[in-house]
Amino acid sequence: MFLSWLPENVSSFGRDIDGIIALIWYVTLAWFVATMGTLLVFIVRYRRRPGRPAGYVKGDRWREAVWVLVPCVLVLVLDFWMDFKGAPVWAKVKIDVPQSDLHIKVTGKQFNWVVSYPGPDGTFDTADDKTFLDELHIPAGKPVRLTLGAQDVIHSFFLPNLRVKQDVLPGRAIPAWIDAMKPGTYELPCAALCGMGHSGMKATLVVHAAADWDTWVAAQWSGAKQ
Amino acid sequence: MSHAATLPRVHEPHEAAGFFRTYLYATDHKTIAKQYLLLGLLMAVVGGFLSYAMRWQLAWPDTEVPGFGFVGPETYNALVTNHGTVMVFFVAMPILLGSFGNFLIPLMIGARDMAFPRLNALSFWLLALGSAVLCASFVVPGGAASAGWTGYPPLSAKAEYTGVHWGLTLWLLAHAIEFAAFLLGGVNFLTTIVTMRAPGLTVGRLPLLIWQLATASILFLLSVGPLIAGAVMLLMDRLVGTGFFLPERGGEPLLWQHLFWFFGHPEVYVVLLPALGASLEVYPVFARKPIFGYRLIVWATIVAGALSFIVWAHHMFVSGMDPRLAMPFSITTILISVPFALAVFTMIASLYRGSIALELPMLWALAFLAMFITGGLTGIFLGSAPSDIYLNGTYFVVAHFHYTLISAVIFGGFAGIYYWFPKMFGRMLGTRLGQLHFWSTLAFFNLTFFPLHWIGIAGMVRRIANPLQYDLVAPHQWINVFSTVSLLGLIAGQAVFFLNFFLSQFRGRPAPANPWQATTLEWTAPSPPPHGNWGAALPAVERGPYEYSVPGAAQDWLPQRAGAAVLGSRS
Amino acid sequence: MSATTHAHATGAAERGKVAIWWFLASEIMLFGGLISSFVISRLGGGAQVDHGHLNVTVAAVNTFILLSSSYTMVEAFGCAERGDRRAMRLFLGLTVLGGLAFLGLKAYEYTGEILHGFTPWAGTFWSFYYTMTGLHALHVLIGVIANATLCVAARLGLERPYRVEVAGLYWHFVDIVWIFLFPLVYLS
Ligand code: HEA
Ligand code: HEA
Ligand code: CUA
Ligand SMILES: [Cu+2]
Repeated sequence: MFLSWLPENVSSFGRDIDGIIALIWYVTLAWFVATMGTLLVFIVRYRRRPGRPAGYVKGDRWREAVWVLVPCVLVLVLDFWMDFKGAPVWAKVKIDVPQSDLHIKVTGKQFNWVVSYPGPDGTFDTADDKTFLDELHIPAGKPVRLTLGAQDVIHSFFLPNLRVKQDVLPGRAIPAWIDAMKPGTYELPCAALCGMGHSGMKATLVVHAAADWDTWVAAQWSGAKQ
Repeated sequence: MSHAATLPRVHEPHEAAGFFRTYLYATDHKTIAKQYLLLGLLMAVVGGFLSYAMRWQLAWPDTEVPGFGFVGPETYNALVTNHGTVMVFFVAMPILLGSFGNFLIPLMIGARDMAFPRLNALSFWLLALGSAVLCASFVVPGGAASAGWTGYPPLSAKAEYTGVHWGLTLWLLAHAIEFAAFLLGGVNFLTTIVTMRAPGLTVGRLPLLIWQLATASILFLLSVGPLIAGAVMLLMDRLVGTGFFLPERGGEPLLWQHLFWFFGHPEVYVVLLPALGASLEVYPVFARKPIFGYRLIVWATIVAGALSFIVWAHHMFVSGMDPRLAMPFSITTILISVPFALAVFTMIASLYRGSIALELPMLWALAFLAMFITGGLTGIFLGSAPSDIYLNGTYFVVAHFHYTLISAVIFGGFAGIYYWFPKMFGRMLGTRLGQLHFWSTLAFFNLTFFPLHWIGIAGMVRRIANPLQYDLVAPHQWINVFSTVSLLGLIAGQAVFFLNFFLSQFRGRPAPANPWQATTLEWTAPSPPPHGNWGAALPAVERGPYEYSVPGAAQDWLPQRAGAAVLGSRS
Repeated sequence: MSATTHAHATGAAERGKVAIWWFLASEIMLFGGLISSFVISRLGGGAQVDHGHLNVTVAAVNTFILLSSSYTMVEAFGCAERGDRRAMRLFLGLTVLGGLAFLGLKAYEYTGEILHGFTPWAGTFWSFYYTMTGLHALHVLIGVIANATLCVAARLGLERPYRVEVAGLYWHFVDIVWIFLFPLVYLS
């Protein structure tokens, strides 16, 4: 019921994130059913009826208290299970940024995403850098390194289909990475309130099939030194 | 029966007091409680109206909102910001902490008033001033604050980023004033609870609501300091030109987020705990049996309160803080489900073998539990750092916190209002309109907010004025329309309450001292209690708060107050 | 009547003390929040202390004054307990003088710094410096007013020993905050 609402996932680690969401969904669903079920059963079963007095159950002896304490231990166990499953996924997405020969800078400003490429020489701040407004192009099937920043206020770099989100801050360069397995165009909204143009601040992610990527690159840098 | 003559001159009786002394310069805790309640209800109308304008814009973007006018993106941001601020700080806190605390602490612990009655009045009037300042911020040139209720800098730190000058400064000032008000209020609550309990009312015999109110006050006192410091810094950034939060002046924007959430997370429990406490008072009365595991609940409350100080960064998983900090905070966050599970399980177990009467307070209290479980469970999705990467900043979060906050403010709050209304106003609240109010609120609340989980998962981000601008969201626009239409029903339901509330003030059946045959002390005072509450002698307490259906007893409830069993037997 | 007054007064004493402790707990968090922000900011490389332009001598003298005023405050409470009104007023007066001297010297310090261009917006360190010491000075001012009020009240015969004790707890707290601020801002 919840999971089917997720937009299509096209990134490699997106599957892991969806897996965590699914895990939590099943755990919480089970508890939801258990608690709500018991609640409803009790409400119906112990409705006031003439001639049936309530029992004097205080739950202050261990023998009674175990009825709530044992489920709490189960909660604790499931908590740790979710943590253990989650930690590697977090590390994969946010901490262990893989190497890549493609490095892109994405900078948020009121109210656009500024995307710059280092060009054929592979270094930024040289003459062959190229900058796009609200367009991010990447090749399919390989990891891409990002450096995320902002010029004025906090924005948030969000690629729903790639299951990536990262707030960007002025004065900071935050390393990140993405990959996309399926060519196509995807939405890149800004997910943090950043002023009156926040609504509608979005860019397009264009994922090129590996074969088309070189053509695209060539077309962009055709004027520059070959 | 006038005890005034025999009362020690601790507080002057004000039989013949004029309007000024009765309403404006009132120091009686019960009057102040009513003032808080009215202020909270008034601000709820404001906050509800803002949410209506906002939801209309979301359903039918850029159309004229009936009764409000055109909402552009700028106005929208101001709407979101002030809706959140009003609801949390000027509705939830005044009603759940201000009104319940003031009314019930002295009555439940057998005192005549708060420890510092004049300070108490000052707290209320500071809060009223804060509300006035906030409302004034709507009409100053440049418009109202529009940086979100969380007011993240740099957006909030420089006027050119939002175009809002005075609006945001007044918004900050309103916070400062309200913090001062609740800080003094909290000191007053705690001092009263610690020093003024009736003879025999040991700590282990305190009604659970008192535990919850005390814990909430402590959480507030210990968490608000850093945010006051942060607010001072932000004000200085705006007015003096310092650069605490501005990177171009050497500052650090994330510092604000740490200060805000160090307060912000305990704050949500400040709102939750009194509502939880109110429900805990209601269950035993309408199930005619003791609460299951009094001590366990006290421990759960204390543990959850303590944990709430080390989870704040779960609001900041993707904020740009060091990513290695995320998992530790994720673990503490998810761990908090254990004390709350304990609380929830004991609440459910309290119904076991009860004799449950589904009267109005009980309906609200049970709905509180159901809604809180729902909202709490969605919190786990957010508490897990990897899944929050996706869910942060989406409507899933919005759905989560409306389930938790509204379970507290509306369901828990109304459980309390319906339960204590007879004591507070001396009349019974009408049950026909009450039923209509309850069922319509329960239905329309769920219809309004449950679908927001889905649209959040589908990728709709928060604080946007026009969902149609997004390819991922536009196909699901029906959800926004559906939610808004349901909201109209929800608002209509609240109108029923207001009608009932005011009608019952005048036409309600006069309330007996103890209409629910409840055991706690407040029900042994007349309805409404006179100034000084107890007549000549303070009540003495001889047993715990939830002695229902005690085997062998003549009646199915044994009052806490010594000697009251005879006094209040079944009529 | 005298019996009720007495009972009332001891009740009030207990309430006053409990209240001030809760209040101070919250104040600790206020200064704690501010001081940790400063420390974290320094660890992060910002807000480096501008040793060259701080007047350590004046600050050291101020530290001494404030500590002494804590001593006179203790004496004032001792006298209050013994019922020695005159001496109590004397010591309260001395405490007030100590507070005023502290504020005077602090104002002198601020003036010098501002004249040299070190305003609150002259960099993160100075922002923190003025906010922390300014908030502390505000607390000193409130303490001075409270102590002066008690002094005058004692003259009018309205004193209650517990009030001096409560004011004293507050005053020591203000003192302790300075003991944290002084090394943190001036010496490290
Ligand atoms: C009363 C208000 C309230 C309450 C009680 C809670 C309770 C919880 N909240 Fe919520 N929260 C808010 C109000 C509240 N929250 C608000 C206002 C925001 C948004 C602020 C903003 O950004 O504007 C927010 C945001 C928020 C976030 C940040 C999301 C984001 O911005 O990305 C997170 C992340 O961890 C979170 C987690 C939790 C958790 C784990 C709980 C836990 O306390 C819940 C514990 C309860 C249960 C879990 C249910 C009972 C237990 C069981 C039935 C046992 C079984 C359970 C398990 C096995 C897990 N909340
Ligand atoms: C207690 C808190 C509270 C309450 C009650 C509500 C109530 C409602 N909220 Fe609120 N909301 C917030 C707290 C609250 N909200 C916060 C903190 C935010 C975040 C702001 C931000 O992002 O900066 C937010 C944001 C928010 C959004 C997201 C906006 C966005 O991100 O763009 C939306 C959208 O639908 C919304 C809708 C509603 C609706 C339809 C109601 C309806 O339920 C309103 C109907 C209610 C009434 C008409 C009045 C009801 C009566 C009472 C509340 C009190 C009476 C109680 C007693 C007497 C016990 N809210
Ligand atoms: Cu940029 Cu929102
Ligand atoms: Cu939180």
